Amino acid sequence: MSRPIQSSISHPATQIYDEAGSETAAPARRPRRARLSWLGRIGMTLVCFWLAMAVFGPMLAPYKEGVLASTLSFAGFSAAHPFGTDYLGRDMLSRILYGTRYTVGLALAAAVLASGIGTCLGLVAAVSTRWVDEVMCRLFDALISIPSKVLALVAIAAFGSSVPMLTMVAAVAYIPGAFRISRSLAVNLMTLEYVLVARARGERLLYIARVEVLPNMIHPVLADFGLRFVFIVLLLSGLSFLGLGVQPPNADWGSLVRENIGGLSQAAPAVLMPSIAIATLTVGMNLLIDSLRRHAGFGQGGRP
Amino acid sequence: MKRQAYRLIASRLGLALLTLLIVSALVFAMTGLLPGDAAQEALGQAATPEAVAALRHQFGLDQPALHRYLVWLAHVMRGDFGMSLSNSLPVSELIRTRLPNSLMLAGLTTIVSVPIALAIGIFSAMFRGSWLDRALNILTLSTVAVPEFLVATVAVLIFAVNLHWLPALSYLSSVSSFSDIVRIYAMPVMTLCCVLIAQMARMTRAAVLDQLNSGYVEMAYLKGASQVRVVWRHVLPNAIGPIANAVALSLSYLFGGVVIVESIFNYPGLASLMVDAVTNRDMPLVQGCVMVFCAAYLVLVLMADLCQIVSNPRLRQR
Repeated sequence: MSRPIQSSISHPATQIYDEAGSETAAPARRPRRARLSWLGRIGMTLVCFWLAMAVFGPMLAPYKEGVLASTLSFAGFSAAHPFGTDYLGRDMLSRILYGTRYTVGLALAAAVLASGIGTCLGLVAAVSTRWVDEVMCRLFDALISIPSKVLALVAIAAFGSSVPMLTMVAAVAYIPGAFRISRSLAVNLMTLEYVLVARARGERLLYIARVEVLPNMIHPVLADFGLRFVFIVLLLSGLSFLGLGVQPPNADWGSLVRENIGGLSQAAPAVLMPSIAIATLTVGMNLLIDSLRRHAGFGQGGRP
Repeated sequence: MKRQAYRLIASRLGLALLTLLIVSALVFAMTGLLPGDAAQEALGQAATPEAVAALRHQFGLDQPALHRYLVWLAHVMRGDFGMSLSNSLPVSELIRTRLPNSLMLAGLTTIVSVPIALAIGIFSAMFRGSWLDRALNILTLSTVAVPEFLVATVAVLIFAVNLHWLPALSYLSSVSSFSDIVRIYAMPVMTLCCVLIAQMARMTRAAVLDQLNSGYVEMAYLKGASQVRVVWRHVLPNAIGPIANAVALSLSYLFGGVVIVESIFNYPGLASLMVDAVTNRDMPLVQGCVMVFCAAYLVLVLMADLCQIVSNPRLRQR
C-alpha cells in the first residue's frame, strides 16, 4: 500500500495553516476535553451569532425587507438607523440581517456539499485500486489549477447565476481541496495495523472506509470543513461584489457592498458595514478553527 | 551528470502540459458544449429555422463535439482564440493589450510582498511561541480571512477620501513620471499585498519551523552556534525549496485577488477584461482569459517545483 502521498501540484488553500502541511497519520486520539483559548471563544461567539442571525435575523430586523425607511440616502449612524441607510434610503441594519440568510445559508450549503463529496471521493480514491486513484488525482489536480474565482466566473458565464447555480459552483470549486486533504489522511490511515487487520479479516472496502478510516479522520475533516466555509463565503461575496452573484432584488453582503459603493466618497456606513459583517464571520471562523487545531486535537497531523 | 534532475524536470513539465490539456477540455466542455446553442442565442428573436441552421453551419456547430474541441485546440495552440463577440476584435489582441498591465500589477505586488512576508515568516519562526509570534499569528490569521473589497474600500476611504493623497481610480493613460506610477499603483498593490503577505508569511513560517525541528539544527545548537547563525547558515539553505514553494503558491492567490482589485480600481488588466466578458457572456473571450490564467498558474507551480529540484543538493550532484 505504498502510494505517493503528495501529488505534484499543491494548493495554497491547504497550506496556509500551520499543521496542514505535514500530512502524517493522525493517531486515533480523542481530545480529553475541547478546551478553547479566549481567541477561540471569541471566534465561536461570532460564528454562533451569525448562524443565529441567519435563522432569526429577519424577525429581529427593525424594518421589513425593501421598505424605503428614510428620505436620506447614505445617511450616517443614527438611533433610527444604527448602520445608516443605503443608496435608496433603506435601513442598512435590516438589509444586512436579511442578507445573512443568503451569505451564511448559501455558503453553508456549498461547504456541506464540497466537504461531503470531497471526503467521499477521497475515501474512494484511498481504498480503490491504484489506477482509479491515479486518474482521480490527475482530474482533481487539473480542476485545482483553475483558480476558484476564475472557475466560478467561467461557470457563471456558461450557466448564468441563480442561487442553486451559485451553490453548485462554490461546491465544485472547493471539492478538489477537500478531496486532497481527505485522501492524504485516508491513505496514511490505510497503512496502519488496525486497517491491515480489518483487511485480513476479509472486510469489504466500503466497511473499512466507513468504520475504520472515516471515524479516525473526522476531526481534521471537520476543521477543513470550517475553512471551506470561510473560502466559500469569500468567493460568493466576491462574486456578488462583481455583480455576478446573488441577483437583485435579493442581496447578500457582497451585493450590499456593490449597491452602495457610490457612497464611498461620502464615507457612508452602508459601504463599510456589510464588508465588516463578512470579516467578522470569516475571521471568527478562522480563529475558532485555529484554536480547535491547537488545543482540542483537531489538527491535521494530530500535533498539539 | 544531473541526469536524475533532468528526468524529474521533464516529468514535471509533461505533467503540467497534461494538466493544461485536461483544463482546456474542461473549459471547452463548460463554455462550448453545455450552455446550449450559440447560433440560437446570437439570432435571438429573429431566429428562423433556416437562419439558425445556416449560422450553426457557419460557426461549425453542426460538427461532432470531439471534432469541434480538436479544431478549437488546434487554433488555441497557435494563439488564436477566435473573435470576441462583444467588440469584434480578435481575442488574442485584446489579451495582448491587457496582459502587460496585469503583469505589471502582479510584478509590483510580488516585489513589495515577498521580502516583507519572508521577513515576517522567518522572524516568527525564530521566536516561536513568543508574544511576537502569537501576535503575528493572530494578525495573519485574521488578514487571510478579510475580503479584498473591505481592504480596498478602507484604503480608498483613508487615502483618497480623507487624505486626498491618491486617486480612487487607476487611469493608466496619465502615467508620465515615477511619482505617477507610485500614486496609481499604491492602492491596488497595497490591497493585494495585505492578504498575500499574510498567507505567504504563514507558509514561510511553517517551512522554517519544519527545518528547525530537525536533528541537524539541534546538532548545530549543541556545538554552540548562535541562533542567528543556525537560521542563516543551517536552516535557510535547506528551507529554500519549501519557501520557494510557499512563495509560488501564495502568488497564485493573485489570480483570484486581481479579479476583485482590478474591478474596484477600474484597472485595465486581464481580470477586469474577463469580468466584462462574463457579464456580456462573450464565450471566446472567457475561454482565452481562462486559458491564460491557468497557464500562468501552472508556470508558477512549475517554477516552484524547479526551485525545489535545483535547491536539493542530492539531485544536483548525482
